[in-house]
Amino acid sequence: MSLHVAFRRRFAGLSLDVDFDAPNGVTAIYGPSGCGKTSSVNAVAGLLRPDAGRIVLNGHTLFDDRVNLPPNRRRIGYVFQDARLFPHMTVAKNLDYGARFAPDPADLATRSRVIDMLGLGELLTRRPAGLSGGERQRVAIGRALLSSPQLLIMDEPLASLDPARKAEILPYLTRLRAAGGPPILYVSHAMAEIAALADQLIVMAEGRVTHAGPLTDALADPIAARLIGGSEGGALLPATIAEHSADDLTRLDTPAGALWLPRAPLAVGEQVRLRILAHEVMLSREHPQGLSALNVLPGQVLQVSTGADKVLVQLQLGQARLLSAITARSAQALALAPGAACFAILKTVALIQTG
Amino acid sequence: MSWLGPEEWQAVALSLRVATVASLFGLPLAIGMAWLLARKRFPGHGLLSAATHLPLVLPPVVTGHLLLMTFSRNAPLGGFLDRIGMSPAFHWTGAAIAAGVMAFPLMVRAIRLGFEAVDPRLEQTALTLGAGRLSVFWTVTLPLILPGIIAGGALGFAKAMGEFGATITFVANIPGQTQTLPLAIFSLLQVPGGETAASRLVLMSILIAVGAVIISEILARRAQARLLA
Repeated sequence: MSLHVAFRRRFAGLSLDVDFDAPNGVTAIYGPSGCGKTSSVNAVAGLLRPDAGRIVLNGHTLFDDRVNLPPNRRRIGYVFQDARLFPHMTVAKNLDYGARFAPDPADLATRSRVIDMLGLGELLTRRPAGLSGGERQRVAIGRALLSSPQLLIMDEPLASLDPARKAEILPYLTRLRAAGGPPILYVSHAMAEIAALADQLIVMAEGRVTHAGPLTDALADPIAARLIGGSEGGALLPATIAEHSADDLTRLDTPAGALWLPRAPLAVGEQVRLRILAHEVMLSREHPQGLSALNVLPGQVLQVSTGADKVLVQLQLGQARLLSAITARSAQALALAPGAACFAILKTVALIQTG
Repeated sequence: MSWLGPEEWQAVALSLRVATVASLFGLPLAIGMAWLLARKRFPGHGLLSAATHLPLVLPPVVTGHLLLMTFSRNAPLGGFLDRIGMSPAFHWTGAAIAAGVMAFPLMVRAIRLGFEAVDPRLEQTALTLGAGRLSVFWTVTLPLILPGIIAGGALGFAKAMGEFGATITFVANIPGQTQTLPLAIFSLLQVPGGETAASRLVLMSILIAVGAVIISEILARRAQARLLA
């Protein structure tokens, strides 16, 4: 699949000038509220008419100076922040709503697979008014999927849920991603969700795309990490559960090398993601001795980026790139420069389940 | 209904027929007009809204006279209907037209409120699921405004049952033809000794009105319950 988006649209307080491509998988659109994320995906879905531009999905022009397909002919599923279930229909009727309009409606096997994947079997005869926020959102996702979309847009699907509900839904989303459904445009301002789900990252600010590329590269890139802002920069590593030790640790194989984590309740061979935030990585020029940290990896400095607050050091560790946030004083004391050999001490490694 | 005389019963039956026809034919038109006023912005929107409400504020006798002029043999519409033998003048269909015109603004108001209460984002969602505009209207909008339509229909029916001024001006007061319940009550009160019969019709009138309100209340609750259960 391929989605090409390039358009302009002026609003009273914001002028949108957006240009990006989204390949297969999950493409996250990240940025502060008001930066134009939702307007951008609305333009893709046909809910917002650009002033000018071109939007092409899988070779079909959805919008240009002659074409403007209505939303119902774009074959784009949309999961809104508020689930927007039809209140006069049961869950089953909501789920089946899109099928009657799809040129190639989901068959019964697909229907029951989606219902199983999202855990909707118990809810089918219920009405939306009686569902919890998390249940509603799951129904909304199923309803969008069963309309057989070529692309699925999710606009902050977890933002209106409390942390417990978020934690309830996130596994369904990672399952959806693993099940190889339609490509997804995922709008969010929560990097934790993006780290768990996305393959590609688009960063937006004030109506423009400021960064676009693979998520793992973006998180380990000092310039992109500064665009993402705050303490979100770091690294995202694909990892495989390799073994569980007798002393309750789990070894994971990653492109950066083997890492030990407190025992994870996962089977050997399972794929996960590891998130290592830049401020959780300490640096040492020599191999540290007498240290409680389990994970110390040798590497090489790729670049040193001095910013307003911290120095971001990009490291090559094996096949992977990591970021370390250190103070300017430490950077000077260690005499870090591109090519310098050093050791990364990983204080905290967060494991994200992806399947 | 042995307590009603044949002429009284005739008035009740005529009124029920007139009010039913008036609200059944008026309802689709009222839904269209309410949709136009609630959802569309166009030049002349305010004018159309005011025109819709005219029968509510004009003296009924004026509305009746305007109908008389519109459907007279000398007017284009009236002349055409006369040629094809469907002139409503001094005919029960004329009473239904008068009742429908008078009930129209009430129906439009109730249904318009219904339209305005429907979240347009639900209709937008239906679009993203592949439904065309017409399908969205049938499958999402219409079911959601059903309580408003029921309320509008009941209100229109009750108004049509009670219509007096425009009816008597437009189609006169002919027993068996255009003498509806209110007109019959009026006539009975004009003759000495008619009070007893008038009271019977008044009671009948109250029964029908209360019945209509109760039935619409039950229907509206049922429609509402489907949204909440």
